[in-house]
Amino acid sequence: MGSGPNMGSGTDLTPKVHRFEAIVVGGGGAGLYAALALSKEKVQTAVLSKLYPSRSHTGAAQGGIGAALANVEDDNPEWHMYDTVKGSDFLADQDAVELMCNEAVETVYELEHLGLPFNRTADGKIDQRKFGGHTKDHGKGPVKRACFSADRTGHMILQTLYQQCIKNEVDFFDEFHVMDLILKDGVCRGVVAYEINNGSLHIFHAKAVLFATGGSGRMFKITSNAHALTGDGMAVALRRGVPLEDMEFFQFHPTGIYKMGILLSEACRGEGGIIRNGKGERFMERYAPTIKDLAPRDIVSRCIHQEVLEGRGVNGKDYVHLDLTHLGAEVIEKKLPDISDFVRTYMGIDPVKDLIPIQPTAHYAMGGIPANKDSEVVGDENNTVVKGFYAAGECACVSVHGANRLGTNSLVDILVFGRRAGLSMAKYCRSNDFAALPANADEEVKAQIDRLRSNSGEERTLTLRSDLQASMTDNCGVYRTEGTLKKALSDIAVFKSRFSKLHVSDRSQVFNTDLLDAMELCNLIDLARVTVEAALARQESRGAHYREDFQKRDDAKWLKHSLASLSNGKVDLKYKPVVMGKFPLQERKY
Amino acid sequence: MKVALRIQRFNPDTDKSPHFEDYTVESELTDRILDAILQVKGLTDGTLTLRKSCAHGVCGSDGMRINGRNALACRELIMNHKQPIVIEPMKGFSIIKDLVVDMEPFFNKYKSVKPYLINDEAAPAKERPQSEKDRMKFEDTTKCILCACCTTSCPTYWADSDFVGPAALVAAHRFIFDSRDRAGEERLDIVGEKEGAWKCRTIFNCTDACPRGIQVTQAIGEIKRKEIFG
Repeated sequence: MGSGPNMGSGTDLTPKVHRFEAIVVGGGGAGLYAALALSKEKVQTAVLSKLYPSRSHTGAAQGGIGAALANVEDDNPEWHMYDTVKGSDFLADQDAVELMCNEAVETVYELEHLGLPFNRTADGKIDQRKFGGHTKDHGKGPVKRACFSADRTGHMILQTLYQQCIKNEVDFFDEFHVMDLILKDGVCRGVVAYEINNGSLHIFHAKAVLFATGGSGRMFKITSNAHALTGDGMAVALRRGVPLEDMEFFQFHPTGIYKMGILLSEACRGEGGIIRNGKGERFMERYAPTIKDLAPRDIVSRCIHQEVLEGRGVNGKDYVHLDLTHLGAEVIEKKLPDISDFVRTYMGIDPVKDLIPIQPTAHYAMGGIPANKDSEVVGDENNTVVKGFYAAGECACVSVHGANRLGTNSLVDILVFGRRAGLSMAKYCRSNDFAALPANADEEVKAQIDRLRSNSGEERTLTLRSDLQASMTDNCGVYRTEGTLKKALSDIAVFKSRFSKLHVSDRSQVFNTDLLDAMELCNLIDLARVTVEAALARQESRGAHYREDFQKRDDAKWLKHSLASLSNGKVDLKYKPVVMGKFPLQERKY
Repeated sequence: MKVALRIQRFNPDTDKSPHFEDYTVESELTDRILDAILQVKGLTDGTLTLRKSCAHGVCGSDGMRINGRNALACRELIMNHKQPIVIEPMKGFSIIKDLVVDMEPFFNKYKSVKPYLINDEAAPAKERPQSEKDRMKFEDTTKCILCACCTTSCPTYWADSDFVGPAALVAAHRFIFDSRDRAGEERLDIVGEKEGAWKCRTIFNCTDACPRGIQVTQAIGEIKRKEIFG
C-alpha cells in the first residue's frame, strides 16, 4: 500500500473479481433475512455492507412488528390490511398488502423460532401492544397488534438474523460500499464495490443481486436516520436507468427529539403517552376524535405543524410536548427503557416527571426501487421484470406503504419481503446460469472515483450537505407548495454544480471516509432531485405528501404511482395504476 | 461556543506511531462529542477518520476512548466532559487509521461462542412458549450492540489477546440462559476453557464502560456459577 500524491489516481487498480450465485447488498433486516433464506436453500451467497451488519439501521427500530396474532385481544390479518390501506391513503397496492399482512403472522412465529426474544404475556405468548393507525374491525378503536421486545424490537431482529446468518455460514464482506450495478441487455450480472479498508475495487459476478440498502433520510436536516442512510442503492439503480417509484412520499414521524430528530417511538403513545401543545391541550382530540394520539404519523405531524402555525407551540416556538408522566415509572422503565435513556442522555430531563419537547423528524421513504411481490425489480410502467435484480426493505417500493406507512409496517415489510426475496432469488439461481460479465465493468466507478479525487475546487462536503438538508427540510417537508418545491429545485441545481467543485482532502487509500462522504452526498443530491420533481408534479395532497396549494386528495387525477427516471440531467415522470382490491376508496378520517 | 479537542491521529501511509493534535471547534454544550469531531472533519481536516452511523447510541460504530474512558462518542455530551476532550481509539486492537481500529478479532471472538439460538426440535405451529420469568433471565444481555467498549477496557484482555473477552461472554450468557436454547452444555464447554469466563478477574471496567448499561461482570459471574453448579 503506497501513499503520496500519485494515490490520487485509481485507474491503475485492477479489480478483484468474485463469483457468488447471489449477492445481497445491505446487512439490515431485509438483506439478512434474504441471505438466511438463500443459505437455507444452499445458494452460494455473500452479503456486502458498507457497515458491519450489526450497525445497520434496522437496529434503531423501536416499537414493534405488526402481526395479527390475536394473542391479547381479538384481531385478524384482514383488519391489518384495512389499516394499512387506509393508512396509505389508498395508494398502496392491495394485493401486496394482503400478502404482507397474511405472511406477517407466520413470519413473526418464524422469527421467534430463530430466537428473537419477544416480550411475553403472563401465559408465555408473544406480547402485543397498541400502535398508531392499528385498529380493530375497520377503525372501531385501537387494537394491540404490535409484537415487541421492549422498545428495541429492531435491535432484536437485527441481532437474531445476523446470528442465524453466522450459524448458516453466510459470507460477509463488511465495510464494502457498493457503487454500481452491472446491468446489460436487461439482465443483472453483479455489482461493483469499493473496499473501504484499503480503497480497492471489487467486481462481484452474480446470477442474482438484491438491493436492501435502506433509506435516504439524510437528505433532510432534522431526521431520525443514521448518517449511513444516504440512499445508495436507490441512487445506483436510478443512474442505471431504473426509475424510482413514489419518491414524493416521505414520512415525517411526529415524535422526534426537538432539534436532534432522534426518534421517540410511537410505542410511547401506544403505551398511553399523549401530545400536548403549548397551552397543555391534548390537541389530537380535535383532529382525530376516535383514535386521538394514535392517529397515523402523517396526520399527527401535520397537526403539530398546524398547532405551531396557530401560535400554540411551546413558548411560541416550533415544538410541542410528548407527555408520558401519567404512565408511571414502572411502565416507562420496563416498556420504554431505551427511549427514557435517550431523553435523559440527550435532553437531561426525566420522562417520568418532565414533558418532552418534540417536533416531526424525517423518518422513512415510502418510495424506492419498484419491486413486485416476489421482490423482483420492475423497471417500467408495464412492470417489466429486470432479470436477476431484486430489491427489498426501505429502498424498495412494493408498494405496501403507499402515501404513508403505518407504524410497525417497516419491520413487517423487511421481514416478509426480505424472506420472499431470498426465496425467489434461490429459485432464479437454480434455473439460470451466470450471465457473462461485460468488459471493464468497473469503468464508470473508476471514473467517478477519479473525478472526486482530482477535483480542484474548494467546496466542502459538510457545508454542501448541510445546505442540501436545510433546503429539503424547508422546501420539501411536511408542507409543500409549488413555490417551495421550485425553490428546492433551483437550490438542487446549484448544489449539483457545487458538487463538481467538491474538494476531497483525504487522498489515501486506507479507510478514506472523506471520499465515502462525497460519494454518499452525490447519491443524496440525485435522490433529492427526483423527490422534489415528483412532489412538484403531484398536484394533490395524499398521505405524507401535503400540498398547501392542492389540499385535497384527487383520486380522479392522481390515484397512481409515479415513476421518476433521471437521464442526462433530466427527470422524466411516468405513472402506473394502483392495484385496488377489497377496500374501496373512502375519505380518510380517524 | 468554542470547544477544545485533543485527538489521537495515525496515518499508516506516513506515520510510524500515533500522535495527538489539538483542535478548536464551534459547538453547543448540549451537542454530542461526535458532532464536535465531525465539525473537525468537515471544516478543519477532512482526513480525520472515524466510524459512525446512528448517532444516538444504538449501532455501536463510534466506540472510542474519551478522556480516558471508553464510550460511544454519540452518547456523550460536550458539557459533561473536561476540556480539552482527549479522544483516542479503543485500546487493545490494532489501529487502521486515526480512531478506526481493526474489529475482525473482536467479531471472530463473538462468533467463537456460537452466538445463535440452537434448537433442532420441531418448531410448533405458533411460538415456543416462554414464561416472563425465564425471559427476564437473559434480558440484560440481549442489549449488547457489539461496540467493543467492554472488551477494549478490560486489562485482562490488554494483557492477553487470546482471552475471549467480555463481549463474547455476554453473547454466550444471552443463549446459555435462554430456556429455548438446547446447546447450553456445548457453549459452557467453550467458555469454560482457560481463555473463557475464568480469565475474568472481576475488575468491572467492562461494566463501567458499557454504553447500554449491561451488568457485564455480573453476567460473567452467572456463567461461572453455571459452570460449577449447572
